[in-house]
Amino acid sequence: MGILEVKNVNKRFGGLQALGNVNLSVQENTVHAIIGPNGAGKSTLLNCLVGKLIPDTGSVMFDGQSVLGRHPYEINQMGISRVFQTPEIFGDLTVMENMMIPCFAKRDGAFEMNALSAVGRQKDIIERAEHVLEDMKMLDKRNMHSASLSRGDKRRLEIAMCLSQEPRLLLLDEPTAGMARADTNNTIDLLKQIKEERDITIAIIEHDMHVVFSLAERITVLAQGTPLVEDTPDKIKGHPKVREAYLGESA
Amino acid sequence: MFGLDSKDTKLLIVVALLVILAPFILNPFPTDSALAQFNAGYPDLMQRFVIFGIFAIGFNILFGLTGYLSFGHAAFLGVGSYAAVWMFKLLSYNVIPAIALSVIVAALFSVLIGYISLRRSGIYFSILTLAFAQMSFALAYSVLSNPKFNLTNGETGLQVYPGDPQVLHHEGLPDVPHLFGIAMRDNFWEPVFGGWSFTFNNGYYLCAVLLIAVFYLSIRIFRSPFGMMLRAVKSNQQRMNYTGLNARPYTLAAFVISGMYAGLAGGLLAAMDPLAGAERMQWTASGEVVLMTILGGAGTLIGPVLGAGFIKYFENIFSKINDNVLHQWFSFMPDGMEDFMVFVLHPFIGKGWHLTLGLLFMLVVIFLPGGLVEGGQRIAALFRGGRKKRGGAEDGEHHPKPSPHVAE
Repeated sequence: MGILEVKNVNKRFGGLQALGNVNLSVQENTVHAIIGPNGAGKSTLLNCLVGKLIPDTGSVMFDGQSVLGRHPYEINQMGISRVFQTPEIFGDLTVMENMMIPCFAKRDGAFEMNALSAVGRQKDIIERAEHVLEDMKMLDKRNMHSASLSRGDKRRLEIAMCLSQEPRLLLLDEPTAGMARADTNNTIDLLKQIKEERDITIAIIEHDMHVVFSLAERITVLAQGTPLVEDTPDKIKGHPKVREAYLGESA
Repeated sequence: MFGLDSKDTKLLIVVALLVILAPFILNPFPTDSALAQFNAGYPDLMQRFVIFGIFAIGFNILFGLTGYLSFGHAAFLGVGSYAAVWMFKLLSYNVIPAIALSVIVAALFSVLIGYISLRRSGIYFSILTLAFAQMSFALAYSVLSNPKFNLTNGETGLQVYPGDPQVLHHEGLPDVPHLFGIAMRDNFWEPVFGGWSFTFNNGYYLCAVLLIAVFYLSIRIFRSPFGMMLRAVKSNQQRMNYTGLNARPYTLAAFVISGMYAGLAGGLLAAMDPLAGAERMQWTASGEVVLMTILGGAGTLIGPVLGAGFIKYFENIFSKINDNVLHQWFSFMPDGMEDFMVFVLHPFIGKGWHLTLGLLFMLVVIFLPGGLVEGGQRIAALFRGGRKKRGGAEDGEHHPKPSPHVAE
């Protein structure tokens, strides 16, 4: 039984069958990649996992509990953190404030009326935020306006924000989309380091084969809304069905 | 001090001193000089400065922090005034129960309106609040004023009549709003120094004490985790939602707090002058507080107070300048020149003060998107001159970067 179990999920947008009978099982403490050509339904599937979309049929269980019908913030509180394709951070706030907000969410829950104590006195929150920032080698940027960070640092900050919540499952939506090669390699190293240092399950949606084959332990190939195969990277590379659907003639 | 860092403590002390010494500061010109009409240190106007300052501080907690632009906050001001006058009518002229009830009623009202309006954001939220405020205005102006059930007394306005119960009123208490016998409209000190005269008014100092208290409260809110969450709402709701935070209760709490500030301001208006009219709830009144906040600097601590003072000053001082006054000013010029100058300036004075205010507002929004506070910062930076800009990031933390608030 995996930490994330997707069973018979269907999602239809008008005449388009975006997801057809998707079954997916992500095992705890693995890196699981979901790949597929454009329009394969990867993002739709991800949105069904985090509460942005509700599937027409089927079930999505996280750690034995259904996530269907829950708000994104409730699903996050269950232990799923999401990294977006373009980094979603609090651009008007400083790096440190960006880090403190998820720490507050972790400590105080979805809402806490904490209107009279000064932020500067929340020692446990500050410590925790600084600890993760140091881990991510961003402590020197703590007082910077997060909007003025480079693209790679924004991504790093977003991942740091997710990690500060100590999620059990980290969902990454094309984390290296639009990145230069050097930034992509940095991100790969960062994710490898994260995986080594903590007990965390990572599910990653990715276009870039280089990223997928450097990180993933299991790969699910999605085509036209249906999983084609699920296997280890080595087997996926040589799989004829995958070549046909995804890698094309050139591979 | 008081749980504030040194920078905020300084700001609080400066504001407190300005407010307490206002009767001196606002009367810089001798009484019989030509410039005496620019003096603003008379009780009625000073009370307005402070009351609308409170209103704008509260509005800024919602608009400045969360970016939700409410166009209906005058409804809470009006509700507060009605509640206070009803307390005068039923209980007594003591202002304490009146002000307490106006805050409570405004809070209940804002829970209701906020709960519904906050289902939408951006322009739709603004329209919803505007609709609610206009409905409240219509209710107060006509619907709730009929012989069978007269809650608001329609266009005459709600006031205290000799036949009202006033169950706690007794001999010896003044027949005007008072604080345990101290009449709000009386002056406790009217010193004259040479050509200068000053007025110290009971009602003004009640308002002043409350302004300092609620200003302090707003600093605490700005610096609290709650305030940080409100800024997060403005910055990126999507990220907030996927960070396990429910934005709705945060925005509702901010809405209710700012509604209570408005209710307090409404209650104080009634406590200074025991009369409540429906026009206080009209959309122009809601727009005025938006202007005050933007003019002063939305999202800054001191900005709304400055904006409120600025607008109220123009409303009361510029509107009093007439052609005769202009002729006096330009009397040193040759006749034709004098008439020409008066002709040119005529549209901008007296009833045309809105025109002047509009032009100034445009100038501020275009050249100082951060409001008067940004103007002050730029001047301060000029004075610091060659010295290197220090702690830029720290400044960014306390004063959000100038962004086009109006467009939100």
